[in-house]
Amino acid sequence: MSTSQTTTTDHHPALAHQFDSMEQQQDASTFGMWVFLLTEIMMFGGLFTAYLIYRIKYYPAFVAGSTSISVSWGFANTLVLIASSFTMAMAVWSAQTGRRKGQIWFLIGTMILGSAFLGVKAKEYYDKWDECHIPGHIIGKGFNTWGGCSANDKNLGNIAQEIIERAEKDHQEMSPVAAQQTAQQTEIFFSFYFAMTGLHAFHMIIGLGLLTWLLLRARRGEFSSAYYTPVELGGLYWHFVDIVWIFLFPLLYLISRHAHGI
Amino acid sequence: MPAKHYLNDNYGIRSWLLTKDHKRIAILYLLSITVFFFIGGLFAALIRLHLLTPNGELFQADTYNRLFTMHGVNMIFFFLIPSVPAVIGNFLVPIMVGTKDLAFPKINLLSWYLYIIGATFSIIAMLKGGVDTGWTFYAPLSSGYVKSPVITLAVGVIIAGFSSIFTGLNFIVTVHRMRAPGMSWGRLPLFVWANYATSLIMILGTPVIAITLILLALERGFHIGIFDPKLGGDPVLFQHMFWFYSHPAVYIMILPGMGVISEIVTCFSRKRAFGYTFIAFSSIAIAVFGFLVWAHHMFVAGISVYSALVFSLLSYAVAIPSAVKVFNWTATMYKGSVQMSTPMLYAMAFIGLFTIGGLTGLFLAALGLDIHIHDTYFVVAHFHYVMVGGMVTAYLGGLHFWWPKMTGRMYPEAPAKLAALVTFIGFNLTFFPQFILGYMGMPRRYAVYPPEFQVLNVLSSAGASVLAVGFLLPLLYFLWSLKYGEIAGDNPWKATGLEWETTSPPPTHNFHEIPVVTKEPYAYGEEEEVPVVH
Amino acid sequence: MAQHSEQEHKHPTPGLYLIILTALVIGTCATWAIAFVDLGIFNPVVALTIAVTKATLVILFFMHVFYSSKLTKITITAGFFWLMIMITMSLSDYLTRTFLPQ
Repeated sequence: MSTSQTTTTDHHPALAHQFDSMEQQQDASTFGMWVFLLTEIMMFGGLFTAYLIYRIKYYPAFVAGSTSISVSWGFANTLVLIASSFTMAMAVWSAQTGRRKGQIWFLIGTMILGSAFLGVKAKEYYDKWDECHIPGHIIGKGFNTWGGCSANDKNLGNIAQEIIERAEKDHQEMSPVAAQQTAQQTEIFFSFYFAMTGLHAFHMIIGLGLLTWLLLRARRGEFSSAYYTPVELGGLYWHFVDIVWIFLFPLLYLISRHAHGI
Repeated sequence: MPAKHYLNDNYGIRSWLLTKDHKRIAILYLLSITVFFFIGGLFAALIRLHLLTPNGELFQADTYNRLFTMHGVNMIFFFLIPSVPAVIGNFLVPIMVGTKDLAFPKINLLSWYLYIIGATFSIIAMLKGGVDTGWTFYAPLSSGYVKSPVITLAVGVIIAGFSSIFTGLNFIVTVHRMRAPGMSWGRLPLFVWANYATSLIMILGTPVIAITLILLALERGFHIGIFDPKLGGDPVLFQHMFWFYSHPAVYIMILPGMGVISEIVTCFSRKRAFGYTFIAFSSIAIAVFGFLVWAHHMFVAGISVYSALVFSLLSYAVAIPSAVKVFNWTATMYKGSVQMSTPMLYAMAFIGLFTIGGLTGLFLAALGLDIHIHDTYFVVAHFHYVMVGGMVTAYLGGLHFWWPKMTGRMYPEAPAKLAALVTFIGFNLTFFPQFILGYMGMPRRYAVYPPEFQVLNVLSSAGASVLAVGFLLPLLYFLWSLKYGEIAGDNPWKATGLEWETTSPPPTHNFHEIPVVTKEPYAYGEEEEVPVVH
Repeated sequence: MAQHSEQEHKHPTPGLYLIILTALVIGTCATWAIAFVDLGIFNPVVALTIAVTKATLVILFFMHVFYSSKLTKITITAGFFWLMIMITMSLSDYLTRTFLPQ
């Protein structure tokens, strides 16, 4: 199935020695990137599986944890990332149609949006640190057994406090001990919150690195309609990272929001 | 030998450490995994020495735990998983599909470096005293209780996993997109089908163990409760995630070996493969079904009995494609003109020993029986029959079969036949008693055992010393052959396949001219041939 | 672009990208808004359905899969299929455990 037909791009400087033609090279490279993305699906998939199992097991705690992260920032970040996917697709289109300026500006746009996303995530992580919602007892103020920093003299953590207040609004009985138990279980929610968004952010940082490299090459005029494979591969990677977030947003931020408002 | 070939095309350490030639990378892997085979073997020797007496007089229990853990981790992750794909596969897959190199040569080199980095972490872990959790790293023991360098070793395994992923990625793209003109899927050697199926498993399964070990490391480092029940976690979840990869991993370990056997059996029976299509598709079937059976490692861990039923049934199903291969190899030999050269001795040993190992897997897959034999030496014997009696045997057979192609020289046949025989005897003496021990109730991973088990243990240890000799001999005569071995010529076995149509050793670009494939694979007996018997 | 004659080298236009972007933004807003309406058990179902739709749009158009080879399409399907194997077979254990009566 390999082609040995010659095309006018036969001796393009970017043609690697193991390939017979630019077409074969692009075909193989794109397919290779998809195979790599398959491995990423399985890697994030492991986290999603574990998350699902714990969500079923500790549903009230997951509700409490989800409510304590800012849905507005999550929503904003989702829009930012979607916009960055658009600019990335435009960057690939620019490379493919030989528009050097378009490549550069759209790549820069993607990077700005990506950095904005990371900036918001940094702020969210800071908020969690501030409220003592970081799981374990190693980082910062630690997750104390009552779930979050104490907000009052009853030594009730802020999550336990919120659980009781919400129960009161719903005219339900909720003892402090029960609230504390649910609050303590939110530590598992936060473990997944940080593991999933952390792994995602790590992939975004790598993505920014890749985009920087692509930007440098684009500025040197290396891409044209005859050869734009690296930009396309960068695009595939970036879109994948966007897709992971498309799932993370509802799974982490929107658990039973209807009951509890913004 | 040709004047210029891939070994002498370029000299100097940089030409090796920065090579993009898949054949040189294969040799780099050969050297590295041989080192780890002997490291793992050293641990095995210490284990068998310790188990000569029932009271554990040689090592303390804590040390013994480290011995079997490091034996397992090194053998599985740093020897078995790379063995055939990274050495023989890397060398042969591009040649067998008729192309100049793999799809992504730089990623191939990266793959080797990742292996080396992962292996370095393993060495560091050993220098730090070794891990004592068993190669399965079960939580919460590994995440909350032991004081050994779990994170160090886990990092090594994760990195080696990425090495595996990139090898698989390379093979998949190469087989799909770089076949020579005329090389249709139906003309591919079965070795390529086997490595392709293995690559599917590598890319779909390995990421899951990566994330599992990452979570384990996070739990251990930050004291969070993902798997630790004291902190609200679920230890069975660790097992689900761990075995989701580690079961398919055993098929990563055996499938390439089965590919080797297909090549050897056809050549030394001088016959085309019986049921080529069935053998090819059975590789894919094993790869797919292998993902559906993982919880058979967890029958007594507390999973639901209904799901255990399903996993047990599926485990019986996954044995079928393996059986198809065994029947087809046997049918290939039937009425063939069988030559007992060393590779064929290993192949025949494989067929017998793998059958025993595979059948005993069915014993373990039976729910009721598993309650009695789970975590006993029955399991240990089962997996050593498939892994050593199967995979290592196939690897050695493949090394012997393709040694002339890789080095241009023949190994000496008499010592080789002797080594094959010694290995066969030593292997069975080591592991057959363990089936009996397990059936009688001796648990695995215990540093002491009831005195009535001593005779069988002594037999097993005696076998191990014989086996060690059997493994050392090839090291010696392969090295000897590099200088003094008979010059092999292009096709000493008169085998079919594109690799035998190029020189021994092949030129750096594999072929002087890209071949156009017109023949079906294993076209033996089509022309008048004089079989070559050494 | 003239030298590429195969179908797989056709690509979407910026116009199409804008349409997809709009659809994605609408989907995101819908997900956010519906989250505050009590649909009981259907809240996560709706949210995930919209998420799957958004992901499909990104895959088909931003990632050009609509215009790609059959091999690419099979590869992606296989990936999600394997993910479903992992999720469903793991859940099948947890969901079928019988609990001791208190």
